[in-house]
Formats: sequence, structure tokens, C-alpha cells
Amino acid sequence: MSFPWAKNYEPQHPLMKYFDEKLPLPRLVYNAIGAGYPVPRNLNYFWNFGVLAGAALVIQIITGIVLAMHYAANAGVAFNSVEHIMRDVNAGWFIRYAHMNGASMFFIVVYLHIFRGLYYGSYKAPREMVWLLGVVIFLLMMATAFMGYVLPWGQMSFWGAQVITGFFSAIPIVGEPVREWLLGGFVPDNATLNRFFSLHYLLPFVIAGVIILHIWALHIPGSNNPTGIEVKDEQDTVPFHPYYTAKDGFGLGVFLLVFVALTFFSPNTLGHADNYIPANALSTPAHIVPEWYFLPFYAILKAFTFNFLWIDAKLWGVIAMFASIALLFFLPWLDSSPVKSSSYRPLYRIFFWILVADVFLLGWCGMQPAEQPWVILSQLGAIYYFAHFLVILPIVSRIERPLPLPNSITEAVLAKHADKPSDATA
Amino acid sequence: MVRPLGFLVGLGFITALVLAILTTPLSNEENVAHSFHKHPRHLKLASDGLFPHWDKAQLQRGMQVYKEVCSACHSLHLVAFRDIADLGYTEGQIKTFAKGFQVPSINPDTGEPATRDGLPSDYFPSPYANEVAARAANNNALPPDLSLITKAREGGKDYVYSLLTGFQNPPANLPKELQPGTGLHYNPYFANLNLAMAPPLKDGQVTFADGKPSTVKQMSADVTAFLVWTAEPKLVKRVQVGWAVFLFLLIFTGLTYLSYRNIWADKKH
Repeated sequence: MSFPWAKNYEPQHPLMKYFDEKLPLPRLVYNAIGAGYPVPRNLNYFWNFGVLAGAALVIQIITGIVLAMHYAANAGVAFNSVEHIMRDVNAGWFIRYAHMNGASMFFIVVYLHIFRGLYYGSYKAPREMVWLLGVVIFLLMMATAFMGYVLPWGQMSFWGAQVITGFFSAIPIVGEPVREWLLGGFVPDNATLNRFFSLHYLLPFVIAGVIILHIWALHIPGSNNPTGIEVKDEQDTVPFHPYYTAKDGFGLGVFLLVFVALTFFSPNTLGHADNYIPANALSTPAHIVPEWYFLPFYAILKAFTFNFLWIDAKLWGVIAMFASIALLFFLPWLDSSPVKSSSYRPLYRIFFWILVADVFLLGWCGMQPAEQPWVILSQLGAIYYFAHFLVILPIVSRIERPLPLPNSITEAVLAKHADKPSDATA
Repeated sequence: MVRPLGFLVGLGFITALVLAILTTPLSNEENVAHSFHKHPRHLKLASDGLFPHWDKAQLQRGMQVYKEVCSACHSLHLVAFRDIADLGYTEGQIKTFAKGFQVPSINPDTGEPATRDGLPSDYFPSPYANEVAARAANNNALPPDLSLITKAREGGKDYVYSLLTGFQNPPANLPKELQPGTGLHYNPYFANLNLAMAPPLKDGQVTFADGKPSTVKQMSADVTAFLVWTAEPKLVKRVQVGWAVFLFLLIFTGLTYLSYRNIWADKKH
């Protein structure tokens, strides 16, 4: 698309020529994910996760559509209709477990995709728009996953809905009316379940739409790569097809192996036992926790235990939790270093790995009851999280002396192979 | 503009968190009940692990325990009589078994509520007409439905087995406020230590057709195995299908790896 040496789509067959004149859809595909899209030749396996996230969305949509054929979004029967799928629908247990664990797989690959973007500086110019659209997709995914978890109408569904919609009641004055408006009642009930089902069916298609924009925006500058330096000429690139279609095919195989192992051999490991108890507004579970992919943010929410200034602790927690994701929108401008890849940023790299450890720590704390030492650990973890993005990163990107960059992608590739004598003749 | 503003926002959050740390006590309120609480004991069943199967003799014994003991208070409303074909019963046996239950019905002549003999398509009937009746008969405690119990409790089958075998006299050093009150029974595997269910099993309570001695341990293990089946009748099939899919994908992934290497053979990267 953007490089002058990109191959041009030339239909041979008369039918394809006719098609190309009337509706150039094959041309679009060719230029997007075919031989017409030149990609840096040095991408590592971390560049597989974008395609895998797309595959996860497709799996969720297909299994979800089938589930919707058998599920009943009514508070009286929702729980039993899920058990009906598990027991009486042909292969229903498979479809339901695949959808349930597919959500986890979707988040695993998206978190790895975000990790890749953070480590190799894919959020920086000229790819800011790709990053911003990615954060939008992430937010939509979180909303979709939350509403999906409510649908089986178990105890965690109900109390999760109660807690999450409760965030809005922390807003002064309008909070409580807003919460009631969102729920369609004073507590989660049939109105809530119905609207969550409707939105849970809608949002994946909105995600698919934003993904199209995400890929479109990516194709303007082309893909980033592990060196973070831009493509200079043709020898830096290979056509997407067959090179990366083949590599993504292998990546998809590995992804499916993990997915299948989880779905068939251990489908309830990432879930919560309480969600096999039907929702009961009169019985609060001892310990309400969200799904694993929300735990770091949940830990940040719970870390604020002090009424500071005129804002009470609960509102601080809610603001901080939303801010912890919203600050990602400003990342391209918080990090002013022109060097993208952390491989050439010795100082930033140290803080980056601390951030990774910090997110795991927050996730672990999010799972624990509100007891010490988990409270202070989540408070320290939250301090580092905000300090990293809002204080350390802007300073580091100003004072850091990056390592010397290679002149081109090809030079970096050849230098890597020169280190390995076994490749000398290859 | 973004960086100075971000810096201020960051300082705001950090200040709030530092103050939160300074004002949160570092010690926990002591939870005495916690020190008496025990972790569930492991119960090994044929349906465990990566190569599971149903031990049909055990499931049949377990269903007998459910029918003769548990079903006095606990429903099993997700399981139909037809489902017990999985346990190795023939169609005729299932029909006879179902006939042994009375299920709610309507008198076809008058429309009055009535009961009739169970059919294979009926579900295990509930022991109580409704929640109020169940609570009235059980000192205001509600016996939970058992269909999903091994999936609906932390610790799963191990928890159910430990609870059934874990009734005992309270330890001598148990503080007064944790002593079982009227109608409560001490059990260290239960989160509150005291539960409303009386010890349901005693040695020799049922007579197994296969001659197995009916000790509390044996009956508990058998009924737990049965409840693992009721919670997920498709468990064994799930793992078996899983192996076929996994091995297919392993070959598929191996081929995609070879084609990837082949396509990239002439490109350094």
C-alpha cells in the first residue's frame, strides 16, 4: 500500500478482471493481507498476536452465535438454560466451554499484543492512531467480557454486575440515578440481564469494525519491527503472503493447542466455583472477585482506602481504575524518546520490566481478600503503575542515552547472522 | 502539555495512595475461626485426570446413597431419570426406577394438582414443594440442590467428600463463640465451622447390592463420585474428544511449522 515496491494486484482470469472492475474486493484482500502488503523481514513471534486476537474474536463470534440459539436471557431461566446447553444440546458443552475459555484466550493474546506494542514502541509516531484504536478495542473487549460474564446468571454474574455498576454510584449527586438507569432497576434483575445480552451481542461487531480501522491505520506506515527503525528499501521487507501467512499459520496452530488443552482438559480452572450457584440477591458471596483479566485493575480500585481532599476513597478508586486504562491514550505523547525498540533503550528497559512484574503483582493482589499484606502490596503496586507512566517514563525518555541503532533492518538481520557461524553459508 | 498535566495527575494518585498506606493498619484483625478451619482432603476417583472413565459400579452405589439418604432433604433438579443410562442401567431398569418416584402432575379429569408415577423423561423430584417448606423442615436452613454441588464449591469433590466425612466433636480449645449452637454441627471443613446439616451418614446405613461394606468413608466416596457425574455428565466424553482434537492439532501444527520453515528457507530474518 504505502511502499513503492509493493506488488500490484493483476487479475489473470477474465472473471477476476470483471470482478476487479465492479467490486475490487480481491484487490483489497491482496493489498491488506496478501502479497501486496510488504512487511519487515525481521518480525519475531511477538508479531503473531495481532492475527491471533483476530482469530479469537472470530471464534467468540461463531461460538457465541450458536450459544444464543439455545440460551434464554430471562432471569428466571437463564441459569438453567446454560445447564441445558451443557447437558442436552448436541456438543453444547463444547460450544459453551469454548466460548467461556475463548474469552480468556482472547485476553491472553491481547495482553501479549499490548506487551509487544509497549516493548517495541509500536505506539509511537507514525503509528499513534493504530495504538489509540487499539486502546478503544481493549475497552470494548472489557465491556463485552463483563456483560458476557453476567449472562449465566450465577452468583458471580449477579454480584459482579452489582459491584461494577456500583462504580457509577460513587459519582457525586448523579451517581445513584445513573446506576439505576444503567441497571433498569435498583438491583441487577431481568431488565439488566436483557440489556446486557443485547449489548453483548452487539459489541463484538463494533469491535470488528474498529479492528478494520486499526488495520487500515496500520497499513499507512506499515508494521513496526523489533529494531524499531523504519523500512528503508525493498530488501528490508518481504510480502505478507506467503511469508507471514505461513508464520501466522504456525502461530495459529500453537494458539489452538493451548486453547484446546484449556477447553477440554481444564475448562473451569480460570472460572469461579460460585458461578455454578444460581444468582441470589439475598446471599452475598464471601469474596467477590472478577475474572482474572480484570484483576490488576480491581487491585488498583481497592488500593485507595483514604478520603483525600474532598474526594472519598471509593471515588478515588473508581477514578484511578478508569485512569489506569485511560492514560494509555496519552502514551504516545508521554514517551518523547524517538527510539522505539526497548532493545536500544537500556534505562527504559529496566523500568519496563518492573512494570510487567508490577502488573502481575497487582493481578495477584486483586485475587486476595482485603487483608494485609495484600492491601499494602496493591497500594505499592498502584503507586508504581501511575509513577511509571506519568512520572518515570517522561523523565527517562528525556535523559536516556539510547544504544547505537543499526542503519537498516537488513543490516541488523545480517549482523545477527554474522554472529552465528553455522549460518555463514545460508 | 500532556507531560506536565500527566505529572500532576500522577502526583495526585501517588499522594492519595501514600496517605492510604500511612492510614491503613498493617495488622489484620485476628480471625480465630481460620485456625480451626481445615483444607479438604483429596479424594481419588476414576473420573480424575487426563484419562478419566466412569466407575459405573461406584456411580450406582453413589446413586443408591443419594436416593436412600440425601434425597430426603436435597433435590437434584438438573438430572433426569433417562440420564442414568450413563451409569449402566438398561432402558427397562430406568423405567422401573422412574416408576418408583411420584412426580407432580395434574388430574386429567378435574385439573386438580395430583401426582403420577415417574417416567424416564422426568427429573428427580424435589423433596419439598418450595423454599418455604424446605426451610420450615430444616430449622430455617435451605438444603442446596446437589446437581452442580461438586462444581459450585471451592475444592469441588474433595470438599464434598471431606464435609461428609468431617463431622466430629468440637476441639476442647474451641472458643465459646465458635461452639455449635442449637441445631448446628461442628465440621472443620465448613467455612463457618458449624453447619445446619446433621451428620447424614452412619456405618451400615445402606446395603449395597455388590456387597461393598457401607462404611461412612465408602458411602461418602461413592455419593461424591455420583455427584461429580451429576455436575458434568459429559466429563469423560469431553476429555476423550479433547485428546482426538489435541492430537489432530499437534500434527497440523507440525505441518504448519515445516511449511513455515520451507517458505522462509531462502530468507535471513
